[in-house]
Amino acid sequence: MIAIIDYGVGNLFSLCSSLRSLGLETKVTRAAQDLIDADRIILPGVGAFADAAAKLRDTGLVDTIRRQASAGKPLLGICLGMQLLFEKSYEYGEHPGLGLVPGEVVPLAEALPAGLKVPHIGWNRLQILKKEDPLFRYSGDEDYVYYVHSYYAARCEANTLAVSEYGLPVTGAVRAGSVVGVQFHPEKSGDAGLRLLRAFSEL
Amino acid sequence: MITKRIIPCLDVRDGRVVKGVNFEGVRDVADPVEMARFYDRAGADELVFYDITASAEGRGIFTDVLRRVAGEIFIPLTVGGGIRSLEDFDRVLKCGADKVSVNSGAIADPSLIGRAAQRYGDQCVVLSMDIKRVDGRFMLFARGGRENTGIDALEWAVRGVRSGAGEIVANSIDTDGVQGGFDLELLDALAARVDVPIVASGGAGCMQDFADLFLGHPGVDAGLAASIFHRREVEIGALKRFLRASGVEVRL
Repeated sequence: MIAIIDYGVGNLFSLCSSLRSLGLETKVTRAAQDLIDADRIILPGVGAFADAAAKLRDTGLVDTIRRQASAGKPLLGICLGMQLLFEKSYEYGEHPGLGLVPGEVVPLAEALPAGLKVPHIGWNRLQILKKEDPLFRYSGDEDYVYYVHSYYAARCEANTLAVSEYGLPVTGAVRAGSVVGVQFHPEKSGDAGLRLLRAFSEL
Repeated sequence: MITKRIIPCLDVRDGRVVKGVNFEGVRDVADPVEMARFYDRAGADELVFYDITASAEGRGIFTDVLRRVAGEIFIPLTVGGGIRSLEDFDRVLKCGADKVSVNSGAIADPSLIGRAAQRYGDQCVVLSMDIKRVDGRFMLFARGGRENTGIDALEWAVRGVRSGAGEIVANSIDTDGVQGGFDLELLDALAARVDVPIVASGGAGCMQDFADLFLGHPGVDAGLAASIFHRREVEIGALKRFLRASGVEVRL
């Protein structure tokens, strides 16, 4: 069973549907025991970092997430859920994250060359840097994935698995041990996204 | 880089797609789920569902349809038609829509854009506009393009973006249905005024029209069409291969 952490940010409809279409059992939950019982955990999220981090803390699940991750259980952060895996974010101030992946989350607007729009929204090609990673077991060089974000993960080169070019190499996927994160939305990335979710379900 | 997007638009009345004709391999061309599947397989980058139902009962059927589509098709879905309140936003977002398009609802109550953007984020709010030239000016039209609002369309777009609209759909009444190409003059004028993605709508007649749109007009992010896709005059897979061969980055 894949536990999807429900902490009141964003819509889980598409994520649940996409996992279900792969024949995977999911449970949307905020109960610690479900995270312990699960084979895998997904941390979704859209919205603002500070608000999401506070809501996640309010669930009381942070320690459980940390313990499950350090015990080697596969954990996938998606979009803002991926950003929460990092040490901190500079979105409207400075806010601590879960610290499961080294690096920090910074504004795209300050890093992009002039003329590029923020948010980075739409389909972009995934350039896989670590092709041997099992997360990309079913991925290919021509996979396009769907992004919607205004902040991105930086100073995390050693942990970066894939990037997408948008005036700079935007961090697309990261890994630290059993913890993986994707900035894009696999549940909105068509077949390429489903293949990535399938690979995660087999980690 | 971000690809240019090709977006088929499906009009839905009482839960059925209208205007769909002659699809090989589609058993029921009026079934929104079958049509969504067809376009997804064909390589559409996004789908727009436009609810043209007038009744409350039809609206309920539409949300059921949307839920079924969103349960099977995993690309971005935009929903428009009859969106007049935050409750309408909520209703379609809960059924799996990613973006919500407002048109008449924003004209009736311009605060809707800002309130929706605040609650759901700018990326969720699409401002759709019907635009027609009147005495050399681009004017905003209402009631499905029948009524001149007296509002300057370019100023309306700027206002909408300032309020939080994350994307503009510009439907040119002058080029719509003519199939002589997109309204490039209008789109350039818009791109010079707003810095959010612009979706061109109205006028596409052949593959070259899309190439002309994307190659000479970098401010335009997507091309939307209905009948040429529904009638199979342009096939999305072939269109995207043609665009890539022409030097436009698209998702294949």
